[in-house]
Amino acid sequence: MANIIDEIEAAQKKEGVPAFRGGDTLRVHVKVIEGGKERIQIFEGIALARRGAGVRDTVVVRKLSNGVGVERTFLVHSPRIDRIEVVRRGAVRRAKLYYLRNLVGKAARIKEDRNGRFSRAQQAPTTAK
Amino acid sequence: MSVKGILGKKVGMTQIFDDAGRVVPVTVLSVSPNVVTQVKTLERDGYSAAQLGFEDIKVEKLTRPQQGHLYHAGIQPKRFLREFDLQDGATVAIGDEFKADLFAVGEKIQISGTSKGKGFAGVMKRYGFRGGEMTHGSMIHRKPMSAGATDAARVFKGTKRPGRMGNERVTQQGLKVVQVDTERNLLLVRGAVPGANGGLVMIHKAHI
Repeated sequence: MANIIDEIEAAQKKEGVPAFRGGDTLRVHVKVIEGGKERIQIFEGIALARRGAGVRDTVVVRKLSNGVGVERTFLVHSPRIDRIEVVRRGAVRRAKLYYLRNLVGKAARIKEDRNGRFSRAQQAPTTAK
Repeated sequence: MSVKGILGKKVGMTQIFDDAGRVVPVTVLSVSPNVVTQVKTLERDGYSAAQLGFEDIKVEKLTRPQQGHLYHAGIQPKRFLREFDLQDGATVAIGDEFKADLFAVGEKIQISGTSKGKGFAGVMKRYGFRGGEMTHGSMIHRKPMSAGATDAARVFKGTKRPGRMGNERVTQQGLKVVQVDTERNLLLVRGAVPGANGGLVMIHKAHI
């Protein structure tokens, strides 16, 4: 019985969603309807947190817009989202980066994960010991 | 040739995206073919209706009278039998099957089921009473307060008091069909449906 639910949810999921985690810089291509026409708007910022699993997977993206912090939550598998690009992998040691909200300027920077150490740990958590 | 409703089973809840990309909460109902097991006619029974059988079952699980009833109708053993009204002027015959395609996308329906049993529940949970203060020295937190006037010298029948809650028939009206899956015989209905997952539900066309 329950696998019917799984099948329905799997059918809703998008393919080709890149692997990303908190700390990564993302470029989210959002479909917006303006004056009856549809166009694509880009929201680029740092992923603060990734929540949920399966179709309910969401990501909180934060950016600075004219000096004001703006956060948007995106449903990763929503058809309103054209695609998600990973611009930069962040070297961070936790999954939720809410502490970035209280930091500005130089302190709010995240080191780049050049050798993929932090990203790899996310994909295979059992071998991360 | 049609009935006003069929039997189904609640599979569970999930969410889907609609055409506009919005998230719609849905309940999945499985309606494996309903078979007409008996036809009630105005002449013989005083009213017209169709008795539908739902969900296959082993013969041994049925009582002898149930086995005989289905044997004479020439129908495979079914777990549930329920009567449904016929649509105006419609006629059905024993053996007719009804499936998910009885309903159309966007159609308003009403669903009856047996609600989840909550056991012996207090008056706040059962009737939504406000209860008393939690702090400030109050010693009355979730009590039902007064049960009535003192000059009546008794408690009137029907007074809302603690007791068994749930496990009763509940009908939810105004539900909308979001998707019809004729292949797997599934109905996706917007919102919640009474009862636990795996419970029997009666899916009726809405009264217009």
